[in-house]
Amino acid sequence: MSLELRGITKSFGALVANDNIDLKVEAGEIHAILGENGAGKSTLMNIVYGLVAPDKGEILVDDRVQKINEPSDALAAGIGMVHQHFMLIPVFTVAENIVLGHEKSGKLGSLNLEIAKIEIKRISDEFKFDVDPDAIVETLPVGVQQRVEIIRALIYDARVLILDEPTAVLTPQETDGLLEIMRKLKAKGTSIIFITHKLREVKAVADRISIIRRGKVVGTASPTATQDELASLMVGRPVELNPDKSPHPMGEVILTITNLQIEDSTGRALVKNVNFEVKAGEVLAIAGVQGNGQSELARAMINLEPHIKGSITLDKQEVVGKSVRESLHHGIAFVPESRELDGLIASLSIAENLILDLHDLTPYAHGIQISPSVVASEAEKKAIEFDIRLQSVQDPVSSLSGGNKQKVVLARELSRPVHLLVASQPTRGLDVGSIEFVHERILAERDAGRAVLLFSTELDEVFALADRIAVMYRGEIIKIVPATVSAQELGLLMAGVVNA
Amino acid sequence: MRKLKLGSLRALILPALSFAMAMFAGALLIAFSDSAALKKISHPLEFLKIAGASVGNSYLALFQGSVYNPNLATPQNHFIAFYPLSETLVAAAPLILAGLSVALAFRAGLFNIGAQGQFIVGSIPAAYIGFHFHLPIFLHIILAIVAGVIAASIWGGAVGLLKARTGAHEVIVTIMLNYVALYFLMWILSTTPFLRPGRKDPIAPEVLDSARLPHLFGANFRITISIFISLAVAAFVWWLLSRSTWGFRFRAVGANSAAAQTAGISVPFVMTAAMAISGALAGLGGAVHVLGSDYSLTSGTAGNFGFDAITVALLGRAQPLGTVFASILFGALRAGGGTMQANTNTPIDIILVIQALVVLFIAAPTLVRAIFRLKEIKSSGDLVSKGWNG
Repeated sequence: MSLELRGITKSFGALVANDNIDLKVEAGEIHAILGENGAGKSTLMNIVYGLVAPDKGEILVDDRVQKINEPSDALAAGIGMVHQHFMLIPVFTVAENIVLGHEKSGKLGSLNLEIAKIEIKRISDEFKFDVDPDAIVETLPVGVQQRVEIIRALIYDARVLILDEPTAVLTPQETDGLLEIMRKLKAKGTSIIFITHKLREVKAVADRISIIRRGKVVGTASPTATQDELASLMVGRPVELNPDKSPHPMGEVILTITNLQIEDSTGRALVKNVNFEVKAGEVLAIAGVQGNGQSELARAMINLEPHIKGSITLDKQEVVGKSVRESLHHGIAFVPESRELDGLIASLSIAENLILDLHDLTPYAHGIQISPSVVASEAEKKAIEFDIRLQSVQDPVSSLSGGNKQKVVLARELSRPVHLLVASQPTRGLDVGSIEFVHERILAERDAGRAVLLFSTELDEVFALADRIAVMYRGEIIKIVPATVSAQELGLLMAGVVNA
Repeated sequence: MRKLKLGSLRALILPALSFAMAMFAGALLIAFSDSAALKKISHPLEFLKIAGASVGNSYLALFQGSVYNPNLATPQNHFIAFYPLSETLVAAAPLILAGLSVALAFRAGLFNIGAQGQFIVGSIPAAYIGFHFHLPIFLHIILAIVAGVIAASIWGGAVGLLKARTGAHEVIVTIMLNYVALYFLMWILSTTPFLRPGRKDPIAPEVLDSARLPHLFGANFRITISIFISLAVAAFVWWLLSRSTWGFRFRAVGANSAAAQTAGISVPFVMTAAMAISGALAGLGGAVHVLGSDYSLTSGTAGNFGFDAITVALLGRAQPLGTVFASILFGALRAGGGTMQANTNTPIDIILVIQALVVLFIAAPTLVRAIFRLKEIKSSGDLVSKGWNG
């Protein structure tokens, strides 16, 4: 089935999210839509799926104009969508989730779950999805939940499948699994619209690539284009994907971790037997599949975890047992894994977010009186230094894009005297331009003689930044390897295979 | 600066419209509960005439009971026509303080339902010092107030400490502590030191003259310096929240405690401190009320102040200035309600209905926006729903 968009235009107030977009997806092709955050990809797909009404333009399915006013119209026309944030009810079973909203209609007929289960089994076997129809959704790994979403689309005869940032939540292994599924679906004749900003994945599966920038289609490319070419089209200027990591002399040992164990409130060890050192001017990357104890280890660096045993020394002074504030002021910059949850306070202003840690010290405060003018003027300086694109430093930080939010976090954390930078998933969810900035900034800190502890699940990022790589698996560092290790070997290590 | 001012003005639109709608609904209730008008319901014009007059008279009485009543003026004393305004401010002063208590806790992400209990706990030591000791005039007042504030601040701070240390939800704890405070008051009123000589019923001796707050306009008006205390404290709370390091921490923890903690702010300390200050404010309200207008402690001393405090804090969008305006409005409704009941056939319960509707409309902003076709105003609307998540 082919899908064509003609002259789709949608504006929200002054912002033109989609500006006269023409796009054609041929039957049985994987068509990637590449664009930075905020380029208008999601708006476009929400229009196709009937969630947003366009101001202008038409949608053609198999060369016939189709009116799509709501998702049920899209489904009837054979268009299915897997959203970035899954639309599943966690406490329902797979089968219950899949019949949801179709209990009485469609070829499934009534609330008879048996027919649904048979269908789910059939699709699951056909594409080797390995999904149990009776499993409770919340007990399933994220990758499997995504397959449930895909089954839901397929079971209602979707012949065009929209995948909105499907790999954002997946581990590298799960991502590879999804790409394989996409190829199989294509082989069966399903067209796929693959929305993403990850270049490697696009090159791996796409037949054609449309690049959207600021609401316009700025070009199409074939998957043979280089990553740098694609990135430049996306951002609109030349982009350096592999930052210049010059060899750099390392200094003394800054951070020493000895026999570190982190427990949860029931005494179960989440992280154990962790021993390593990081020198001045060195980036040590902690690689691993999400959920192997990296989050806890990162949080323990500034004593955010309540149950820590063992020793963390910074410049030969013990850190374990200090308060969070003491840890930060001892010389640790901390970029948390989730900037939305732990890094920023959405409703406070940009200027206020920049002084969360220093609000009661000079020059921001005298005694207990904060000086708003100093706070604002310092914020303006930081905005220039860190290239934070904003209208006013008094605006709430929630008004910023993801990349600019991360710059606010970096600007704040690097405004103290720092010996060690702990950065946890520092580019998660960021666009190419911002990733470039964050990577350069991290390397600049390394070159200035700081020790850097980087936590990342992105292999590209690990290879781009690390001097050494420590692989974490089930709460332990199973091996520390030089950054010259092959991607294949690193992948095996992340899966827990040490004797490769 | 100009832009900022405009923004805060726009934030007032919603509460103002909510109040207008509540008054309108109140008018409908008055019209349809007027038996004389209802007899003519088959003659719409007649009905409208009688009902209109009834509503007009009721709201005129409400105004005369709360702001200005020319009928009170005598040839010797025109000024006395403002007696109702004095009554409004007498009722508003403790309410402002209790409202600030709720508002401040809101801003720190804590839903303090316990202003009532803190109000009571503040009033007991203030009254005791007021009637038991003989002290020089100003010293007496200051001591009585300080005792009330300290007691209530410990009472409130305990809630914050419990939440910080054990995770006990402040809504549950403060509701329960309201009962504890009320029954403690009833018990202590039955003990010897609190019995008024010659009386057997639970009423404490009257506060001595030296502990009473000075009147502003002589004995003809009940208004005291309490209104100035309240306004000064409101200004202080504004400064605390928007200009001090403490307030910064309160707001940071209130908006996102995880991020505040990650940035090195001690969340347990902030919770305890915010609840202690919140308690102190409500306790000050209790002290001011017993030393400024009630003069003697009874089981009904706190009236409904602590619960109205939640309403005015909501109506004032947890902003000090907004809370002051809302409290004066509620003070006016309270003062005028009695006159309305006395002068017309309209029951005072209408006032309670109006107060309740104001809250309802504030809590359902989409409804008000839909009726008046307003565009969405991005403001601190998320505050109100925050309480249960904290």
